[in-house]
Amino acid sequence: MSAYDLLIAPFMDYGFMRRALVACLCLALGAAPIGTFLSMRRMSLMGDALSHAVLPGAAIGYLVAGSLSLTAMGIGGLIAGLSVALLAGVVSRMTVLQEDASFASFYLISLAVGVLIVSLRGSNIDLLHVLFGTILAIDNNALMLIGTITSLTLLALAVLYRPLVIDCFDPGFLRAVGGRGPLIHGLFMLMVVLNLVASFQALGTLMAVGLMMLPAAIAQLWARTLPAMLAISVVTALVSGYAGLIASYHLELASGPTIIVAAAVIYVVSLLAAPSGLMSRYIRRPHLAN
Amino acid sequence: MTAPAIALENLTVAYNRHPAVHHVSGALARGSLTAIAGPNGAGKSTLLRAIMGELKPAEGEIRRSVPSRDYGYLPQAADINRRFPVSVIDTVVTGAWKRAGAFGGIGRAERQKASEALVAVGLEGFEARPIGSLSAGQFQRTLFARLLLQDASVIILDEPFTAIDSRTTQDLIDIVLRWHGEGRTVVAVLHDHEQVRAHFPQTLLIARELIGWGPTDEVMTHENLKRARALAERWDENAPVCAVPA
Repeated sequence: MSAYDLLIAPFMDYGFMRRALVACLCLALGAAPIGTFLSMRRMSLMGDALSHAVLPGAAIGYLVAGSLSLTAMGIGGLIAGLSVALLAGVVSRMTVLQEDASFASFYLISLAVGVLIVSLRGSNIDLLHVLFGTILAIDNNALMLIGTITSLTLLALAVLYRPLVIDCFDPGFLRAVGGRGPLIHGLFMLMVVLNLVASFQALGTLMAVGLMMLPAAIAQLWARTLPAMLAISVVTALVSGYAGLIASYHLELASGPTIIVAAAVIYVVSLLAAPSGLMSRYIRRPHLAN
Repeated sequence: MTAPAIALENLTVAYNRHPAVHHVSGALARGSLTAIAGPNGAGKSTLLRAIMGELKPAEGEIRRSVPSRDYGYLPQAADINRRFPVSVIDTVVTGAWKRAGAFGGIGRAERQKASEALVAVGLEGFEARPIGSLSAGQFQRTLFARLLLQDASVIILDEPFTAIDSRTTQDLIDIVLRWHGEGRTVVAVLHDHEQVRAHFPQTLLIARELIGWGPTDEVMTHENLKRARALAERWDENAPVCAVPA
């Protein structure tokens, strides 16, 4: 088998592989930087919670459309994800519950309701698709939706970069200079939900955060500055997507989980080999003079 | 006489209806240098946060003759995420917010000013260091450099010299005195009574209620300080509704 057969031919021969690759490219460009900001804001687990919150909306979209229509499910997921993000924010402001506690409650409710709705009508196959994604079934409409979300995300990140960064490390300063922190936070949460909807189409509700949080964690192990982290997260997400698709094609594995496993392999290697990783503890280097 | 920078009119700020600042009236003259003193739990930070608009008065009002974007505020350092990967110079440059806003460009002139501010606080050569690698004193110097860049006409400092060595404290007090010399209005919460007496012409002594507000040597008397301690320690879970008329 030549290198061409191994690395390029699958994408030349099959449209669904090409669309899957483009979807991975979009997710890498949009979701990975969002994931980096999420973890910088110490909200990694909230991304996970929100990804489950997308499920009941997607399930209702699925019921209304009567089939696995990614567009209907995307719109439903968007509405459900935004509602939960808003509700959790409102609950944490109005009651004694902290935002993470109210998120945890809402995502459990959402996951239960979502699985119930899908099992009401659909088969177990459908349920599997919703939970684990159907990256090889992405059609042109779904690709347009994902591409639009990625474009919006990059645009918003470029425009909001400065207040977003300040809000991450010194929200009190942003408040003091009248920088509209709550608005920035709200727009950021909107971007999170949008990217989860995009990611949901490809990787399913259980692993939608995979291409968001794993690249972000990897980037933090290697880089010391935010721009470098953002760049590394994009590249690792991209490499994981490509390697995962290739591996799943040749080894006949499920694509979504293979992509996440590819990211996981990079993560484990980084844990060991990165400058701040485990191996550095066992390599003694002489200290500097000053 | 010009209008005061900040006037407090019968100000009460409460948490769960328990007043932390109780019926305080008075004014901060423009260009004044004022220390806020009082025991722990006396409502000093609460008063500052109310002045910054972060807390709503339960009663009374705060009148500001300076627009809020002309305020420089240094809260207690615990509010800042020191593990965030941002460099010293980028932290200082955020002080240009009033001129650049969220979207405006930050040109060479602002970067130059930021570097000069770092020199002024004794952190020359620290530009590229991540803030996570700084000591507490170096970090406080960084925040003072940002305040220098902010070029605010009212500067509000909440315990700026806590957990900082005497050399750093002295350098930062020099900057405070420089601001005073430039005609800015400066307010600082301080715990060290010697610092207050040595450098601050005006003092506001508070123990939830106002004990004294005026020239430092008239306010920081032995009797006043004793009264402040006694008042701050008083706490009644089942206090009745305050009877002082509005």
